Amino acid sequence: MQTFFIVAILALGFLVTFQIAKASEYVAVLRGEEKTRKQTNKINAFLLLIFLIVGLIGVFYCNERLKGKILGAPASDHGVHIDTMLYITIALTGIVFFATQIALFWFSYKYQESDNRKAFYYPHNNKLELIWTVIPAITLTVLVGFGIFYWFKITGEAPKNAMVVEVTGSQFKWEFRYPGKDNILGKKYYKEINDAKNNPLGQLWDDPANHDDIYIAGEPMHLVVNKPIKMVIGAKDVIHDVGLAHFRMKMDAVPGTPTTMWFTPTKTSKQMKEETGNPNFVYEISCDQMCGKGHWSMRGEIVVETQEEFDQWMATKKPKYFAAFPEKDPAVQKAAAAADTTAAKAATQPVAMAGH
Amino acid sequence: MSEALHIHHDTAVSHDVHHSGDHGHHHQSFISKYVFSMDHKTIAKQFLITGIIWAIIGGLFSVLFRLQLGFPGQSFPILETFFGHWAKGGTIQPEFYYALVTMHGTVLVFFVLTAGLSGTFSNFLIPLQVGARDMASPFLNMLSYWFFFLASVIMIASMFLQTGPASGGWTMYPPLSALGQANDGSKLGADFWLIGMALFIVSQLMAGLNYISTILNMRTKGMSMTRMPLTIWALFFTAVLGVLSFPVLLSGAILLLFDRNIGTSFFLSDIVVNGEVLPNEGGSAILYQHLFWFLGHPEVYIILLPAMGMVSEILSINSRKPIFGYMAMLGSLFAICILAFLVWAHHMFVTGLNPFLGSVFVLLTLLIAVPSAIKVFNWLTTLWRGNIRFTPAMLFAIGFVSLFISGGLTGIFLGNSTIDIHLHDTMFVVAHFHIVMGVASMFGMFAGIYHWFPKMFGRYLNNTLAYFHFWVTLVGAYLIFWPMHYEGLAGMPRRYLDKSIWVSFNQFGSLDQMITIVTVIVFAVQLMFVFNFFYSIFKGRKVTTANPWGATTLEWTTPIRPGHGNWTGEIPEVHRWPYDYGKDGRDFIPQTEPIGANESKH
Repeated sequence: MQTFFIVAILALGFLVTFQIAKASEYVAVLRGEEKTRKQTNKINAFLLLIFLIVGLIGVFYCNERLKGKILGAPASDHGVHIDTMLYITIALTGIVFFATQIALFWFSYKYQESDNRKAFYYPHNNKLELIWTVIPAITLTVLVGFGIFYWFKITGEAPKNAMVVEVTGSQFKWEFRYPGKDNILGKKYYKEINDAKNNPLGQLWDDPANHDDIYIAGEPMHLVVNKPIKMVIGAKDVIHDVGLAHFRMKMDAVPGTPTTMWFTPTKTSKQMKEETGNPNFVYEISCDQMCGKGHWSMRGEIVVETQEEFDQWMATKKPKYFAAFPEKDPAVQKAAAAADTTAAKAATQPVAMAGH
Repeated sequence: MSEALHIHHDTAVSHDVHHSGDHGHHHQSFISKYVFSMDHKTIAKQFLITGIIWAIIGGLFSVLFRLQLGFPGQSFPILETFFGHWAKGGTIQPEFYYALVTMHGTVLVFFVLTAGLSGTFSNFLIPLQVGARDMASPFLNMLSYWFFFLASVIMIASMFLQTGPASGGWTMYPPLSALGQANDGSKLGADFWLIGMALFIVSQLMAGLNYISTILNMRTKGMSMTRMPLTIWALFFTAVLGVLSFPVLLSGAILLLFDRNIGTSFFLSDIVVNGEVLPNEGGSAILYQHLFWFLGHPEVYIILLPAMGMVSEILSINSRKPIFGYMAMLGSLFAICILAFLVWAHHMFVTGLNPFLGSVFVLLTLLIAVPSAIKVFNWLTTLWRGNIRFTPAMLFAIGFVSLFISGGLTGIFLGNSTIDIHLHDTMFVVAHFHIVMGVASMFGMFAGIYHWFPKMFGRYLNNTLAYFHFWVTLVGAYLIFWPMHYEGLAGMPRRYLDKSIWVSFNQFGSLDQMITIVTVIVFAVQLMFVFNFFYSIFKGRKVTTANPWGATTLEWTTPIRPGHGNWTGEIPEVHRWPYDYGKDGRDFIPQTEPIGANESKH
């Protein structure tokens, strides 16, 4: 019923507008088309001026309303560079924006048709044209210069002491892998991926570097504050993208083509909670590349903490290798050995352990 | 060069004389006159009307997904009535949402703003403004429309498939678009999409070659290249861009079809989808992106250049002043055309592209701002000290310049790879390209329709509705897309249909509602325009003078309702450039008037 009313009202509005429009056409003919045209011209010129003024106020109003809602200060070193670049660009383009928009609407208003004026025949002026070729070119050179300087800083090699974490996207979740004590991510091959065999990333168990790799899923990635972090990014099924809005970082996750990105988080999650005044604050990983029907919900979390907190957390984790081969787990071996001495039929126990 | 052109010209005339001689006598059947017509004007109208129908469909899709964005989770029972299981319980399902977004992009970029805009005005204006009876090959021209029609039919059909149309985004990146297991829209819908696009590209190539050869070979006597109106130059560069870049997309589409259907691995490698290990190894998903954007970026200019050309023309006519800096306008069109081919990888800064390569593309991308700036300054100077008539076309042209400035400047943010890291694939991008490419080109198209409607149909559109249309659309466009930049600055990703689960992006609820409401209003007003369009074809005020806008160009020397062949007698000869407005105290001097003895030089 409600829908019906809305449609009826719309149709009625439509009809009324059309009738007015039609009538005004007849009136124009009666009053003399030229006279009506000139009058309409004045109205439209005036409206253009109003649009300029209201528009400029609107730009400021919009900024007042929304500037508090964009993310606060960046939480990484690269983020600071990116924001600097952003504000330089906003300043420069802002000047051009206001100058050209004001000129456009002001000229339109000022030079509206009038019987007292003749248009000025002004087909070209080489000097003027040269000026406004050269000035934008110089301005843009400055922007390109700054931009590329920061770009190389951000995309350059990660520092040697960087912590490495592997991030793998798949519909619609994130999985992480830490390289363990040797700081080397073991080799993998996608055909080995098999959840049932406790190998969700396709690690090659022949590679000893894999034996201490820690697999994390279904819980936040943990990072150490002020320690560079290098992410090795991949995907299993389709292209995803690791989007880290607060760190101002982003990199695609492409199946078959590993990518990397590095940065240094500069604020712990706790600090951010205080700074934003939001007790629920978390660093989020958003998927920024369309990846299917669950794209909008492909969410991961990151915890940034001190080295001690990180070490404590890491100490609770066990390599995935031991889940795949429980008999290799020192803890299980110890338990098994203990079981051997106490009871004869302890053979089922390690299987139970594997569940953990 | 000019000698060669004259030879062509002569042959054209001898053919034309014969043609126009028997013109009045032969009666065309309805089919050959309106359906399989070879008259460029009729084909232009076919493109325009098909484009309008597509625009309604594409616009409606945006209204539907805006409902979801503005009011996530709310139930609109009417949606279930119309769309059944796609909107179960009256809420738009994710699959439906992504299908809508994908088809909205595809339809508007290709079917409306490529075919509907450049197809309409290239066909309509090229022969009329260069002084030709018709296109170089009217038959090819007709085929180009019917291939477009066929592409349209296939694209429409895909919307009625059980598994839905393509839904991997209008860019159709594989592997998502290649794997039916990963996405419902990548089942049969993607094949339909690819075949539809392939046919569309064929249509564009036939059209483009025709435009180029007509402009180069069939200009009337005296119409040297630098006496052509800027519309024709813009349409010429558009056609060149299309002919050189569309084949690359065709190759991408065909290879993707192979990957999908016959087991090749051009774009696929190392994939495990839903636990199923695929055998494909060695392909590169990034290769497709290169192929796509090698068209995709020129495509932006394919859309924008015709609008720029028409706006230049309309601004000059209604300021009663010559366009400022004709040669600079031409030079900047040329520069844009060249640079358009050298910037595609700025869409791929965060795909793992080599950073050095990225920096080269930053430089080339920001370079393109220079010719764009020249154009803006020249438009502004054209208005300066004019005597401006605000016809609806003129208002839309002014609106175009405003939007082009706003959207162009945000391009400087995105083209700079450092900032792009943060803004890539966020709502900032959506706001940017909608303003600069979508809405601005739409404004160019509206300007063109309002300006040349009297020539097309011999009647005027209703002015009051036109002004109403302009003001609501301009204000609406800014209300919709200006605040959207802030969502992007907050890092909000594109194509998120519900932000409530996100801590970082859920603060814009009331803004999204406002945008949705404005979208619905703007869409309703576009429907009013469509009504005005069709109503005025039959019932509009009749045009009574041959040259209602006081313009200098050749199309206004034809009869009010030109027949096939355009001019009844000989094609007029051209003696001057098309921008002699306000010269020597005269309001305007038509191109056909010989240079007077005492005339001042420009």
